[in-house]
Amino acid sequence: MTKIKLTIDKKEVKVEQGSTLLEAAKKVGIDIPTLCYMHLDDINVNHKPGGCRVCSVEVEGRRNLAPACATEVADGMVIRTNSVRVLNARRTVLSLILSDHPKDCLSCAKSGNCDLQNMAIRFGIRETPYEGCEISRYKEDFSPSIIRDMDKCIVCRRCETMCNDFQTVGALSAINRGFNSVVAPAFQMDLEHSTCTYCGQCVAVCPTGALTEVDHTNKLIRDLANPNKTVIVQTAPAVRAALGECFDLKPGTLVTGKMTAALRELGFNYVFDTDFAADLTIMEEGTEILNRLSKHLAGDKSVKLPILTSCCPGWVNFFEQQFTDLLDVPSTAKSPQQMFGAIAKTYFADKINVKREDLVVVSIMPCLAKKYECQREEFKVDGNPDVDYSISTRELAALIKRANIDFMSLSDEEFDAPMGESTGAGVIFGTTGGVIEAAVRTAYELHTNKKLPKVDFHELRGMQGIRQATIDFDGFPVNIGIAHGLGHARELLEKIQKGESEFHAIEIMACPGGCIGGGGQPLHHADLSILAKRMEAIYKEDGNKVLRKSHENPSIIKLYEEFLGKPMSEKAHHLLHTNYINRSKKVIYIQ
Amino acid sequence: MTQDQVKVELKESDVQKIKTICAEFDNNGGELINVLHKTQNTFGYLPAEVQEVVAQGLNVSVAKVYGVVTFYSYFTMIPKGEHPISLCTGTACYVRGADKVLDELKKVLEIEVGETTADGKFSINCLRCVGACGLAPVVMVGDKTYGRVAPEMIKGILEEYQ
Repeated sequence: MTKIKLTIDKKEVKVEQGSTLLEAAKKVGIDIPTLCYMHLDDINVNHKPGGCRVCSVEVEGRRNLAPACATEVADGMVIRTNSVRVLNARRTVLSLILSDHPKDCLSCAKSGNCDLQNMAIRFGIRETPYEGCEISRYKEDFSPSIIRDMDKCIVCRRCETMCNDFQTVGALSAINRGFNSVVAPAFQMDLEHSTCTYCGQCVAVCPTGALTEVDHTNKLIRDLANPNKTVIVQTAPAVRAALGECFDLKPGTLVTGKMTAALRELGFNYVFDTDFAADLTIMEEGTEILNRLSKHLAGDKSVKLPILTSCCPGWVNFFEQQFTDLLDVPSTAKSPQQMFGAIAKTYFADKINVKREDLVVVSIMPCLAKKYECQREEFKVDGNPDVDYSISTRELAALIKRANIDFMSLSDEEFDAPMGESTGAGVIFGTTGGVIEAAVRTAYELHTNKKLPKVDFHELRGMQGIRQATIDFDGFPVNIGIAHGLGHARELLEKIQKGESEFHAIEIMACPGGCIGGGGQPLHHADLSILAKRMEAIYKEDGNKVLRKSHENPSIIKLYEEFLGKPMSEKAHHLLHTNYINRSKKVIYIQ
Repeated sequence: MTQDQVKVELKESDVQKIKTICAEFDNNGGELINVLHKTQNTFGYLPAEVQEVVAQGLNVSVAKVYGVVTFYSYFTMIPKGEHPISLCTGTACYVRGADKVLDELKKVLEIEVGETTADGKFSINCLRCVGACGLAPVVMVGDKTYGRVAPEMIKGILEEYQ
């Protein structure tokens, strides 16, 4: 590779040809401010539209300032990143962006976590000299998961890159011009009617309050204060690996015990674990995988392979809309969130003698699609949902702070029984590759009647977008595929459509890294090394567990003995399985 | 008439026409603007239903097609009126009061620039210089040109087409 030599703020720097000024400056420790720019190394997303001009720098010999994020280095360039001209230009640019941005930061959901606000602080903005067009032209769009408030959109188009390029969902595009330009679904329809899967990756990268989650914390506070309600909570595995970040703990710090204590402090009657339901999912899904495999081995041509996991609601929305010919391929097992709700409002409600309508089931999820999932009609009984509502990791952190709980001084506490008991297999659901690893641990032992020689399947782990491995099931090689990110899922699905897929089972997660990178997690601010640390934390929690296979969970064994019978029994089928609906979106009318 | 009031029922032959246009450009998403030009020349405008077929034909998202259609002022989602009105807002016409003429047009027809009256009779568009600066401000209705137009003349001009 040819090296290019240039000078940035009197420092000499050598970089590879094709690098940008921004990258070159970073190499010598110069932090050029950026706003629209977004580089997510681990998942190969490089968004540099050069639109906001906050990263403008002076290039000697050029008349105009150049955007550092989108200007390539050239030999002998002399760059100044902090001249008076540059600093003034950045302030002007920022003032122009702020000219039509609402000034209601005090009550904005993103306040304190907003890149635009941070930029205004960094540049010492004390007044906004330009008067832009501040009249609201866009109505707020309330979907079950995501709120779009387009008056706050600065058209950085990061969301569009995530939605179109990474996820290949194609729900969003920049529209219109000038003061009218925002990012919106086709024909400015609401997200609910677009191809949106509620994966929430747009929210995860939005620098302002334009895209936020639907907040259920006030509803939760009301329910907790209601003496007639029994309020129980389930927490997803990925939450414990990220919640600490909201309390200034290093990424990858496990806070399972503190989180449990905080939830009890908040007033939940029972603090349970979605990991319990993840173990239950493995019992059902693992059995389903084995059933399909043994039929396939017996020569049954009608059996659908590969079987696809169905825990991720963003992914379920994706195939229900865009791969409607494959609706009978995914596992029919409900997601752990919904399995938990179904068991809580039957088995557990009976145990504590509480009526269904007096039991409020709340879930803490790293995910925004879960908010939509629990509202689906098929997950309700007489209008009463199995899971009443879902709140994100961010909402939980905000609630703990609001309730005046000193998170750091809490002592570790344990989950309640029986729905708080789980194995390591349930924990790893929180990361890409984890669900299929958990399924393999159980399916292997059920299929071969032998003990697994090793519990850790390192070949299934990692951050690569698409991974594959062959696991020897005592003489029968099982081909496993893994994808995270819906764009990667699409690649595997198109192979299935063409009949070219060689996999027996595929795990799919909509978000980068799986649930640890979900749309409801603490914001990563474009630093994906955080995801790798959360992933390490998840595997650490798994490694620390005595029981690491779902079928060894005593509470699960008891649940089958007392209530469900056996996996895939009629009762299990009724409570723990679902079917998928063709939800393709079209506006075409043909006469 | 606004864009969400335009509902079109495409005939199978219309869908075929759009598909043929897409095929002429090798169903290449990079040719979106060219495909939209040709499609608008064929149908006169680009309603949502047409955009959806274009998106399928080029394998791009409908949101992206809509983004391009709303970005370029040449593209329109609303059919032009039976008598399309073009008002010159070039420099000469503007300094001679084109803005006041435009205000009057909008007031009388009760529509904005780029819109069409509910009865489909008139639509207003602004353009830049028709090369008749001596006659500024200039208004065109269909192919007929009116020069030195004052706001008071608008009602009279429109009456010719009632």
